[in-house]
Amino acid sequence: MSDHSHAHSGGSHGTLGSLMIGFAMAAILTILPFGLVMGEVDLPRNLAIGLIMGMGAVQIIVHLVYFLHVGKSSEQGWTLVATIFSVIILVIVLAGSLWVMHNMNENMMPMPDMEQMMNLQSQQG
Amino acid sequence: MATGHVQPQETWSPIFGRLTLDWIPYHEPILIGTFLGVGLAGLIVLALMTRFRLWLPLWRDWVISVDHKKIGIMYMVLGFVMMVRGFADALMMRLQQALAAGGAEGYLPPHHYDQVFTAHGVIMIFFVAMPFVTGIMNYVMPTQIGARDVAFPFLNNFSFWMTVAGALLVNISLFVGEFARVGWLAFPPLSGASYSTGPGMDYYLWALQIAGVGTTLSGINLIATILKMRAPGMKMMMMPVFTWTALITNVLIVAAFPVLTATLGMLTLDRYLDFRFFTNDFGGNAMMYINLIWIWGHPEVYILIIPIFGVFSEIVATFSRKPLFGYTTMVWATACIMVLSFVVWLHHFFTMGSGANVNTFFGITTMIIAVPTGVKIFNWLFTMYRGSVRLEVPMYWTIGFLVTFTIGGMTGVLLAVPPVDFQLHNTLFLIAHFHNVIIGGVVFGVYAAVTYWWPKAFGFKLDDRWGKRAFWGWFVGFYLAFMPLYALGLMGVTRRMNSYEDMGWQPYFIIAAVGAVVILFGILSTFMCFYVSIRDRKRLACGGDPWDARTLEWANQSPPQKYNFPQDIVVTGRDMFWKMKEEGFKWSTDYQAIHMPKDTATGVLISAFALAFGFAMVWYIWWLAILSFVAMLAIGIAHTFNYNRDYYIQPDEVAATEAKGASA
Repeated sequence: MSDHSHAHSGGSHGTLGSLMIGFAMAAILTILPFGLVMGEVDLPRNLAIGLIMGMGAVQIIVHLVYFLHVGKSSEQGWTLVATIFSVIILVIVLAGSLWVMHNMNENMMPMPDMEQMMNLQSQQG
Repeated sequence: MATGHVQPQETWSPIFGRLTLDWIPYHEPILIGTFLGVGLAGLIVLALMTRFRLWLPLWRDWVISVDHKKIGIMYMVLGFVMMVRGFADALMMRLQQALAAGGAEGYLPPHHYDQVFTAHGVIMIFFVAMPFVTGIMNYVMPTQIGARDVAFPFLNNFSFWMTVAGALLVNISLFVGEFARVGWLAFPPLSGASYSTGPGMDYYLWALQIAGVGTTLSGINLIATILKMRAPGMKMMMMPVFTWTALITNVLIVAAFPVLTATLGMLTLDRYLDFRFFTNDFGGNAMMYINLIWIWGHPEVYILIIPIFGVFSEIVATFSRKPLFGYTTMVWATACIMVLSFVVWLHHFFTMGSGANVNTFFGITTMIIAVPTGVKIFNWLFTMYRGSVRLEVPMYWTIGFLVTFTIGGMTGVLLAVPPVDFQLHNTLFLIAHFHNVIIGGVVFGVYAAVTYWWPKAFGFKLDDRWGKRAFWGWFVGFYLAFMPLYALGLMGVTRRMNSYEDMGWQPYFIIAAVGAVVILFGILSTFMCFYVSIRDRKRLACGGDPWDARTLEWANQSPPQKYNFPQDIVVTGRDMFWKMKEEGFKWSTDYQAIHMPKDTATGVLISAFALAFGFAMVWYIWWLAILSFVAMLAIGIAHTFNYNRDYYIQPDEVAATEAKGASA
């Protein structure tokens, strides 16, 4: 596995074919969500948002795999491990913070005239 | 004394920004005394250096060196120097609290006392513990994997000098202006613009941001080194445990430090540009800061302790003359800690107002993370079990660590129970707990590492008697200083108190102060130990392998040549050096040319301008800020055009060096 750690190992920069596949997929995944919005396709709002977000997520994966060459074979798989670890940490930090802060807001003592104050403030601009 | 501190008026001039003469604290006798002392000592050092013509060698052989061994040693020097500063703060606090009982006010007014405890925490974590562990990783790890240097030697030099620039900025605050008065993590709204006026808080922000650049880059560098520069044949599961812990530590650094940078960045925007991230009004949420800073803060404590676990693993195996018990479990326990350390952060603020679900979740994860740590303790014990244990100074520290750290770990598990935490939150019990794991863990480990690898770095051992005195000073002093704080915490004494009414607490504080003095004896013994050992270096001289060690860093000469190894070593198993000794390994005399990086002054120059930039931002001196920032960019870009970065050491030169080293 790491027998070649002194030699140049595994850092492929992709073939023209794989780059073109990546480019085509990235282009399609960009045009489709644009089409959904610009073409005013008749879809339920939530479904449309879900589709756009979903295609965005796939787009990220396409970039990672085809352009940044993240995968099991490059750099002895370290790029893949590093990406997975980063995603795990990101999910923990984001989901955890949202959960913690939301839970805290729920449990804080209610301030009875908070909303009134906010309204007042926004009226006064 | 009780009249309170009057802050100089806030003014601004285009040339000096907010800096006026009123900010030089010439009316504070303690600071004047310190300044005179530091100034005098500094002058003596400068004079001696000039007398013995050491300026050029210092610059040429150390400051601009990209050799990982020299950078490692410089990190250790930085750690020890800053430890003196941080410990002076600790002594001041212990004295203040021993005096200020029952209406007495002690000798430190609150304004000054608050700066002292903030500076103590910031310095001890960022500028003592971090340089220590980075220094040890820098020195030891590349030689453990049979590499000639780190992956990016220039970056290494730059990282070190950025850390120094941060440390200098903190020290400048002592004599120009003031330091923050907010506690070591600077929670808003207290640290925000409305409640922390003056330059203290800005010193804090810029010092940490500048040093943080160094830490993050050094993390990236060391990860790349471990993944790409291992000797041929060394598979991941053949790496020495210390290298494993270094890898995991640096992964944590790279994952966690950006969170600190972003959080402090938001606070900086709040303070300078009137943003509202963490303010009380206009939608700001100070609790978000506490949430974010602890997402960095908890991995940070593991960043400090995990390399130390590696240090003890090497020492225990060497001095028991056995392979480490449970190598695989050790690696996986460390990997588990790496992930788990990211899911426990809320235990630092159980009392902030989350519901039972959240507190329970984080309480349980905290208790779970104690499991892999416990696994390690048993691994070390089983390594010693039936080994032929030699009780040399590094083993003193190791056994002291095993006892002390276990106690600290158990009080940590107590604090992990949310209802208990509600009683003990922000009391001296917490202070005693984290000093118990940081002194009993990190400090003992650093001392063990210094004693263990000193012969590697300099070719002679440290003096035994003074080494043992240092150990007993720290060990006994720790218990005297912190066991009373556990008791006080259970009585409900909160942290960071300037004075208190209850005379019943005073005896405990006096015992704690005595303990601090005993620790002072330990620290002085350390410096005495260095002095005596350097003086008697002929008597203490030792060969390349004084401890009969097991890992590759002992395979070359002590001190190692700058290329580390005259030839590549082909690794075929764990504890490779032990294997080589069994097989009667000898270096061949067939030398190849060795490819080496050239030294460069770029790192120290950029860092000098970073220091100027930080100082300018603290005092709102915009022209200097712009100028130094542009200079940093210009030097960095100019460096990319420098193609003259490497050279070869020719085979005959290698042969000559090796022959000379062997006869010496």
